[in-house]
Amino acid sequence: MKVHEVPQDDSVLAGLRRACYAEDGQGRYVVVPSRGWEVERIVNEQAHKALRQVLEDTRQAVLEGRLSALAYHMVHCQMDARLLAANAGLCRWRVRRHLKPSVFARLGDDMKQRYAMALGVSVQSLNQVPQDSS
Amino acid sequence: MSEAQVLRTFPHRHSGHCESGTISALLRDRGLALSEPMWFGIGSGLFFLHTARIKVGGLPLTTYRVAPLGIVRNASRRLGITMRYERFRDPRRAKDRLDDLLARGESVGLQACVYWLPYFPADMRFQFNGHNLVAFAHDESGFWLSDPVFEHIVCCPPDALQRARFARGAFAPRGLLYFPESVPAAPDIEGAIRQGIKSTCRQMLDIPLLPVGVRGIRALARQMGQWPRQLGEARARAQVTQIVRMQEEIGTGGAGFRFIFAAFLREATTYVEGPLLEDLSKEMTAIGDQWRQWAVTGAQVCRGQRAGADVYHELAALLRSLAAREEALFRALWDGVIRRRRRGVA
Repeated sequence: MKVHEVPQDDSVLAGLRRACYAEDGQGRYVVVPSRGWEVERIVNEQAHKALRQVLEDTRQAVLEGRLSALAYHMVHCQMDARLLAANAGLCRWRVRRHLKPSVFARLGDDMKQRYAMALGVSVQSLNQVPQDSS
Repeated sequence: MSEAQVLRTFPHRHSGHCESGTISALLRDRGLALSEPMWFGIGSGLFFLHTARIKVGGLPLTTYRVAPLGIVRNASRRLGITMRYERFRDPRRAKDRLDDLLARGESVGLQACVYWLPYFPADMRFQFNGHNLVAFAHDESGFWLSDPVFEHIVCCPPDALQRARFARGAFAPRGLLYFPESVPAAPDIEGAIRQGIKSTCRQMLDIPLLPVGVRGIRALARQMGQWPRQLGEARARAQVTQIVRMQEEIGTGGAGFRFIFAAFLREATTYVEGPLLEDLSKEMTAIGDQWRQWAVTGAQVCRGQRAGADVYHELAALLRSLAAREEALFRALWDGVIRRRRRGVA
């Protein structure tokens, strides 16, 4: 890639720039800040669309009582049960069990505090999901 | 307190990749000025691995470089630098230790999880524990960081940094901090370059049994032709999307580190004689351009502009051609730099 070929498309970088390596006129390599690349935007958008869809499906499942609110916050943090278990210091099967609304409802404050810490939310908000899709 | 009073200056440089950028900055701060591509090459950072055994966000992992911290460890060893690595069980002690070091004026490398770093744009945040950055000062507004993939220095609130340093899961940082303890006055840069090249060739060509390096690219090509039939169109598309993201979106300096490696070969011509490295640098650039071409086609699949078995076969064919070119390049590199020297010709 030559310096003048470094793409400057408005992209996912939100105004920031990414360092790209490109050849200058003398065949030397230099760092060229790039505003982003169309290709990058396409794949990033697609990936985030998929993430949002999963989050929305999870939210619906919580509202319909098929999953506990914990599931929503887990997905919101881009975690799965394995990663949440690691971050909360629990076994995976316990996290999976806590994704059931009936089990989650019986959890003590200590356990909820643990999840709240791991997910970076307050205990209060851990019990709820947003009413509108975001 | 004004910024000038609190902050020491730090030679921040905008870098393609976090790890090579971090080690480069730490050593530049201590008087050993080597560019990022040199660290990347000496640390034999270039690699290829695609495996469904490790999942990232439910999709197979694809990586164009070695495992986290490989570059820092290898490059510093090859240059005779003594690094100190510290991990912590207790987050509070980790913070105290970092404060101590910063108060003494040391710049310190940190490993952190991208997701919890608030200065990343929302769409770039994801659960990845292998991010590297430099902390160089601390005041009441927070920690002053030189995050190599950002254009300028950033400030991070202590709580967020703490959380990022103690995220769990794969490659958990466990509060890791690292810094050079001693730096040789005159490091053997040429020797280090040769070792870096040797080990890059080895990991791209010769790792037995596992489908990694050049054989990894071929293995991926074999699988990719089957994806639409085997996985269904939606899943196949998601997997192609993921590969393009790993190649271009995550800090790689473009084309999955191929451009950084080309820059390394080019710069190495200063230390290793002969026209070979310059020619191979040009070829590596051309290979990088072809990887970018691959990404363009991948994005068309992602967007749904192109679908069906044909385009997957086309992507696979492109990968096979990339594998062939990379194999030829690393064989030439081995023959020209490593074998020649063994025979005592160089």
